[in-house]
Amino acid sequence: MNQIRVLVVDDEPDFLKLIQRRLTKRNVHVDTVTNGEAALAFLKDNPVDVIILDVRMPGLSGIDTLKEIRKRFRDTEVIMLTGHGSLQSGIEGISLGAYDYILKPFSIDNLLGRIRAAHEHAKLRIERRSNQ
Amino acid sequence: MISTSYSRLKWYLVLITLGLSVVPLFALGYVIHNEFRKTYEEKLTDNLRLMVSNRRNAISMFLNERVVQLQMLADIHSFAEMSNQAYLNKVFDAIHDTSSSFFDIGVIGQNGSHEAYCGPFDLMEVNYRDEPWFHQVMLKGLYISDVFMGFRNFPYFIIAVKRQEGGRTWILRATIDSEVFTSLVRNVRTGQMGDAYIINNKNVLQTPSRFGGRALTKVDLPIGDPGENVEIQSWRRDGVPVIAGFTRLPNTSWRLVIMENPEEELSPLLRTRSLIYALFGSCALMIFVGAYLTVSSVVSRLKASDRERAAMDAAVMQSSKMASLGKLAAGVAHEVNNPLSIIRESAGWIRDIINDGELGDGPAVDELQEAISDIDRHVERARTVTHRMLGFARRMEPLQEDVDLNMLANQTASFLENETRHRNILVETDLDPELPLITTDANQLQQVILNLLENAIDAIDQDGQITVVTRVDGDTVALDIADSGAGISRENMNKVFDPFFTTKPTGEGTGLGLSIVYSTLSKLGGTIRVNSDPGQGTTFTIRLPFTGPQFPGGKEEQ
Repeated sequence: MNQIRVLVVDDEPDFLKLIQRRLTKRNVHVDTVTNGEAALAFLKDNPVDVIILDVRMPGLSGIDTLKEIRKRFRDTEVIMLTGHGSLQSGIEGISLGAYDYILKPFSIDNLLGRIRAAHEHAKLRIERRSNQ
Repeated sequence: MISTSYSRLKWYLVLITLGLSVVPLFALGYVIHNEFRKTYEEKLTDNLRLMVSNRRNAISMFLNERVVQLQMLADIHSFAEMSNQAYLNKVFDAIHDTSSSFFDIGVIGQNGSHEAYCGPFDLMEVNYRDEPWFHQVMLKGLYISDVFMGFRNFPYFIIAVKRQEGGRTWILRATIDSEVFTSLVRNVRTGQMGDAYIINNKNVLQTPSRFGGRALTKVDLPIGDPGENVEIQSWRRDGVPVIAGFTRLPNTSWRLVIMENPEEELSPLLRTRSLIYALFGSCALMIFVGAYLTVSSVVSRLKASDRERAAMDAAVMQSSKMASLGKLAAGVAHEVNNPLSIIRESAGWIRDIINDGELGDGPAVDELQEAISDIDRHVERARTVTHRMLGFARRMEPLQEDVDLNMLANQTASFLENETRHRNILVETDLDPELPLITTDANQLQQVILNLLENAIDAIDQDGQITVVTRVDGDTVALDIADSGAGISRENMNKVFDPFFTTKPTGEGTGLGLSIVYSTLSKLGGTIRVNSDPGQGTTFTIRLPFTGPQFPGGKEEQ
């Protein structure tokens, strides 16, 4: 079975390191970048199934990055990650086309579940589109 | 403001109103009363003047009649005829028949002795040569005496006229009963205090006075010689006001005096005055009551608006305080959440390693496992705190915007589509297309709906149905969210909105969801009601007014 390819975008290197290790252990292919611009650059060269995107980052914000991704990489699902605790940014993200959102701190299994669901969703969509 | 300053303001306003209305009222009343009094007094004086003048005419007519009668007798008869005692008797009888006031009649020669006399007295031997009146009648041709008491204690007076006949002069003298005068004068006495009499030039009564005594007593009057005119004078006698009209009777030294008590005569005026006092008193009372009631209502309204404004100021202050507190809390929570997730991920990584068996087995590994559980538990605890802080931060001043509840419900339900699909939950909506827009805070309301929908999903867990209904209910819009879950047990019904009450396993629910829903709704002016039958599912009904409260209090509920 193909590994799910995940890109995690967050400005905390420690967080990235840990999430990468844990998801890798759960048979997920993880790449990490520390800001929105790097994420967009990465996506240009490497196809990714699901992006975990922090809302609050220096430089290009999570929401702006999401808008760009939705414009340019339509097959990629996005899960918003927010430390803000408010549903507001999550809801805003969803209305801009994110698949889901998750509040920090979260349990890894919860995140994994959502990644799988997002991947399924992406697959279904691609299949539907190719069927048409 | 303190209540005493309100009551001071109230009395101040009442007194000003009272002053401004009562003072002109009384001034008006005073002027009217004075004018009325002046007119009335003038009328009274005129009446008195008229009465005096009428009475004078009547009396002088009577006197003149007597004088003319006597003069005629003297003129049409010769001395020879009149000095004949028998003839005089006949003449006197004839006069006495027509005018009973003649008492006697005598013919006096120029030497002062009686030539003939007819009457009840024996006067034939009396000689008048040295009497002052004899000289006066000889000089002027006519004499009218003062009243004197006759032999039988009847008051009389004398009229004497002179007749020149050839070379001789003789006098016709008659005594007149002055009772006629008395009755002429007496019948003009008015009221209880009125008086009328005649006095001579020495203030001796010629007719009896009602209060001053019998005829021929002297009265004390502060009046002078009025001449031919009628004079009016007023003074006080023994504290009683007196108004008197008097005039000289022609051909005599007599004066006619008519006295009245003006208080008695003015009694209609006095009655009017007391009526006016009563009227003004009741007017003043009415003005006072009116002013008091009006001012009371104005002041109480002022008080209420002051209180309202104070409450509003307090609310504004409270909400701005809450807003800054909220910003602080949000900042802190956000900054804490990032390290918290790193801690959690680190602990998770250690657990991953242990679970993979990389460290083998042994008591040290077990202790490590336990430590990681502790870390997890306390991270969860800290997370609850930060999320609560963020929840608190969000509870700020609500916005006022037009919200389509149907659209909001649809949108919110669509956020949870993934969740419901995975759990095989069917979301049915029955939205009233005629639902009016309501004025409220869309974001806060959306959070309420989201919380309720998440609750419903949690209550069902797997395989079930959620029904979302919107409708107009009276002057509110209502939203029902019904789930086909297990329902809420009776003993938990009263606690569902309590903070930290949860039926979920420890660590999964904070017990804050419904409590936040509850406080958010009360801030938006709405209500929430729960209806549940164990085993049959639960329905939450929220109701919102068409227009939210304009000045929601900054009160925070835990």
